[in-house]
Amino acid sequence: MDFELLVGIFPQVLLDGLLLGFMYALIALGYTMVYGVLEFINFAHSEIFIVGAFVGVEILLGLKSAGLLETLPWPLVLLGVMLGGMLASGALAVSIERVAYRPLRSAPRLIPLISAIGMSFFLQDVIRLVESLWRNAFNLVYPTLEPLNERFELTSTIDVSAKSMVVIVVALLMLWGLHALVNRTKIGTAIRAVAEDQAAASLMGIDVNRIISLTFLIGGAMGGAAGVLFGVQYSLINPYTGFIPGLKAFTAAVLGGIGNIPGAMLGGIVLGLLEAFAASYMSLLTGGAFGAEYKDIFAFSVLILILIFRPKGLLGEVVRERA
Amino acid sequence: MIPSAAAVAFVALSTAAVALFPRSILVFLVFQTSLLYAYVARIPGWLRAALLAAALLVLMPAIGAYNGYYLEVATQVGIFVALALGLNIVVGLAGLLDLGYVAFFAVGAYSWAIFGSPHANVLFGGGGFPLPSWWFYPFLVIGLAVAAGTGVVLGLPVLRLRGDYLAIVTLGFGEVIRVLANNLDKPINVTNGPRGITPISRPPLPVEVSYAVGFYFLVLLIVVVVILVNRRLEDSHIGRAWEAMREDQLAAQAMGVPLVRAKLLAFAAGASFAGVMGVVFSAKQVFINPESFTFLESIGVLAMVILGGMGSIPGAIIGATVVTVLNLQVLKGLSLWLNELKNAGVTILGYNLAGLPTQLEPAKYERMIFGLILVFMMIFRPQGIFPARRRQRELGER
Amino acid sequence: MNPTRIRSVLAVCAALAIALLPLGSGPTAQGKGTIKIATQSPLSGGQAALGEGIKLGTQLAIEKFKGNLEKTGFKVELVPYDDQAKPDVGVSNAKNIIADKAIMVVIGHLNSGVAIPSSEVYKEDSLAMISPANTNEKVTDRGYPNVNRVCGRDDVQGPVGAEFAAGTLKTKTAYVLHDKTTYGQGVAEAFKKDLEKKGVKVIGFEGTEEKSNFDPLITPLKAKNPDLVYFGGIYDQGAPFFKQAREKGVKSKFLGPDGMDSSDFVKIGGKTVVGTYYTTAAAPASSPQAKQFGVEYKKKFGKNPEPYAAESYVATAIAIKALEEVTKGGKAPMRAAVASAIRKVKYSGMTGAIEFDDKGDPKKASYYVMQVSTDNPEKWSENKEAKRLAIAAPAMKK
Repeated sequence: MDFELLVGIFPQVLLDGLLLGFMYALIALGYTMVYGVLEFINFAHSEIFIVGAFVGVEILLGLKSAGLLETLPWPLVLLGVMLGGMLASGALAVSIERVAYRPLRSAPRLIPLISAIGMSFFLQDVIRLVESLWRNAFNLVYPTLEPLNERFELTSTIDVSAKSMVVIVVALLMLWGLHALVNRTKIGTAIRAVAEDQAAASLMGIDVNRIISLTFLIGGAMGGAAGVLFGVQYSLINPYTGFIPGLKAFTAAVLGGIGNIPGAMLGGIVLGLLEAFAASYMSLLTGGAFGAEYKDIFAFSVLILILIFRPKGLLGEVVRERA
Repeated sequence: MIPSAAAVAFVALSTAAVALFPRSILVFLVFQTSLLYAYVARIPGWLRAALLAAALLVLMPAIGAYNGYYLEVATQVGIFVALALGLNIVVGLAGLLDLGYVAFFAVGAYSWAIFGSPHANVLFGGGGFPLPSWWFYPFLVIGLAVAAGTGVVLGLPVLRLRGDYLAIVTLGFGEVIRVLANNLDKPINVTNGPRGITPISRPPLPVEVSYAVGFYFLVLLIVVVVILVNRRLEDSHIGRAWEAMREDQLAAQAMGVPLVRAKLLAFAAGASFAGVMGVVFSAKQVFINPESFTFLESIGVLAMVILGGMGSIPGAIIGATVVTVLNLQVLKGLSLWLNELKNAGVTILGYNLAGLPTQLEPAKYERMIFGLILVFMMIFRPQGIFPARRRQRELGER
Repeated sequence: MNPTRIRSVLAVCAALAIALLPLGSGPTAQGKGTIKIATQSPLSGGQAALGEGIKLGTQLAIEKFKGNLEKTGFKVELVPYDDQAKPDVGVSNAKNIIADKAIMVVIGHLNSGVAIPSSEVYKEDSLAMISPANTNEKVTDRGYPNVNRVCGRDDVQGPVGAEFAAGTLKTKTAYVLHDKTTYGQGVAEAFKKDLEKKGVKVIGFEGTEEKSNFDPLITPLKAKNPDLVYFGGIYDQGAPFFKQAREKGVKSKFLGPDGMDSSDFVKIGGKTVVGTYYTTAAAPASSPQAKQFGVEYKKKFGKNPEPYAAESYVATAIAIKALEEVTKGGKAPMRAAVASAIRKVKYSGMTGAIEFDDKGDPKKASYYVMQVSTDNPEKWSENKEAKRLAIAAPAMKK
């Protein structure tokens, strides 16, 4: 075994894992927001997320054909695209809640889950229908923002790209913003009140429906922003791309303790690191007997182990069982 | 008197219609509806049993002789009914949300696939495999046992978990089994990886009939056994323990329900049905690879259970039937029919369908309609099609 | 909803269904004058783009070549089926297909996992299947008289790549990755085996189901700095992988199989993938036939052909040639006759001269190694031919 190689790539693998982890964390925020309030897994979040990515790519392609992509400063472009994606995803999330979840609020908890799964199937093909009519394409490619593609060499073997740093910075900002919103504002207090007890909150004069809509708006917007960053980072999207990252992010949210915002961040990072280390090292350490294809098995096994010792996730508190 | 006559006439008429139009998917749907009607109509018990038995034992194989496709649909309905009943124990009765149920199906399927095909020679060396095809029947029991064992293995680490934490672990478990099946072609070639295993032996049939008919009866027999076991379980000591656990774990424990044993039994019982059907599935398909055991399959079975009515046996049966018939028959039939119209150049509202752009090809949007149906079903009938009696009362009180 | 309401809903459904009966009987009414060609491929789900390519290639060929058949008085129609990349759906569709006596040929599938169990069904009624995409050896190695393929086999294409890598590129070290599918892993393993035979060191061999984030795979690859990187898979995974690798500073040469042969490859990869080599059985798009195909496809469907569209086009052309042979003098075709006529067809088109051997593989496959020459997707057809090889399919293993 090549010891030098193993050690040499370690920092790079760490970086890869962190980046992936922040990506998961961003998507996981949407799951966790909704779960915290309704104790319900919004299965359609992966589609809400990918809609953000699609709206983003449409704006970018529009700017490109108008010739503005190169002339406008990139932070402005990125900000605009992210806002567009956030708006679209937020609006979509709110309307899904209105149509498919609200009528089911008093039903047993698995019922809205199936409704969400149905919504997810439906949305995937609606996205596909719209895209195939509009662009006659299945795969869409994010146009490159040249300044974001720049790479910084930290050492001769380790380097990081500008877009990865943008992902990390945005993720941290959003986590901080969300945390502040929930814990320090009036709206946040209302959200927490609704999460605690809907009936009591409504007695205190809180419009429960509005707060739930707002939660979906925020969670959806987070998903939309994540979608745009996903597109910028990995460039290729299609209507079904959202599914796997969505599943992983959901796993991350549970790992961190679902309903808990810092937990989603931590869970995402742990999952990202696990995957990166498994994919990079598995083959090197076992002499090729087991390879990168085992990364998901490794990640899930660790997840199961963690949950055995911390059944409520890494940062989770005891969740009330709904009667 | 009138409902009895109506039920008999309905079944008889629809059978005649199927004989007249052996290719019409809609007519077959009417036949299926007539069976449902016979089940819910207010008729004497013996008549109901006789009608259903005649339809399933005589009419269905006869229809299958006209059109093998219907028999295939019926067989797959049977397979999914057994799966839904198994999952119904775990989710519906015991209240443990399992998102990786298809893993047990995979375990059963691979257990026969490996030993019922020449692949076992690769694994163990020598040339003694495939096992003689009659081994299929013992393997129904072996598959059951292996799957039940897997269920316990999954159950053990997750005993302390509740709700969505349990869901995510079962999801992970399902993925682990699939990825293992996909990867275990090295270092030891157990599953032959993505290339799958073929040819898998089919069982010798006691009577001289085609395999399609043989598998239909085999599946029917297993489904009947599964239903009987389910009914016994539901009313048994352990069945009531499961329901108590579902309603309130703490209270159940306080009343002396042994939680560990009840949970493990729920996983094992649920898994065992999937294991048996896995063995049948692998022999029926002749070829299996990990593509049959994806997360979406687990979700599909879960949708069947909830659509039918959680915790209810008729619910799980009807849920599995509705979803399978929708997917394999109704939505396919719809898109084929639209395609017919397109090829014939029919004009609707002044628009000639022949000019329909390929983006709007009907066959591409079957899943979209399926998703929409799921949402509507949940909104307009959240308790499921045939809710469990106990649950029905609960909802009535609200 | 109470039971009475269920009953009344059922009654209404039944009345509606009976009223609609004439609609459903549509598919049978057509009778003799129609010959149908069915496609089975995933039209929904993640692999829909490739599956649709199969359907569109077939559609184009039918429209182009149906003239002679229509002169003899037959109507030629396309019936697309969505197999959802699921074996159980594929089998049920297959049963439906053989029940429609007007269907003479099936063009499909995309996934070997669906093709193998489905072709067991086609064989029951000697219905011919021509596969444009299934490279798994077992598809034809079963020796069925009705199963053919126009694409190469994994154990042929892999060695072509190895020959090029070792001979022309003088590679010393190679790093091989694949997508964990039947196709990708099959061709990657064949490539690796042959490469090692030729004395090239394979310093890494990895599989991955990942579709977006390849960082953790690239890091060790970059550290090992191989001369050549091979990715066994389809362009929608290959192009992002090569792109991310180049952006991360990997300087190796890139090589891939015919899954990379799509203009989307450069649309996704942009400048970073210029210079990538790929092996393909389709003649260089600069050849007159292929060029015409590309132009017509684009004109009709508004986009460039997907990887298996050309193969489907050729498969359909062969099928129609066989049908013309069988229907000489206005005779109604029989399935078995069509299947055996397909085996006798000598066809020369854009994927070279195709003649089937006794198990349905092309007797001699011409392979081209192409090099991506520009990052403009519109100019994909101007890629340079780097090498040409003709290799026979291995004989049947007894």
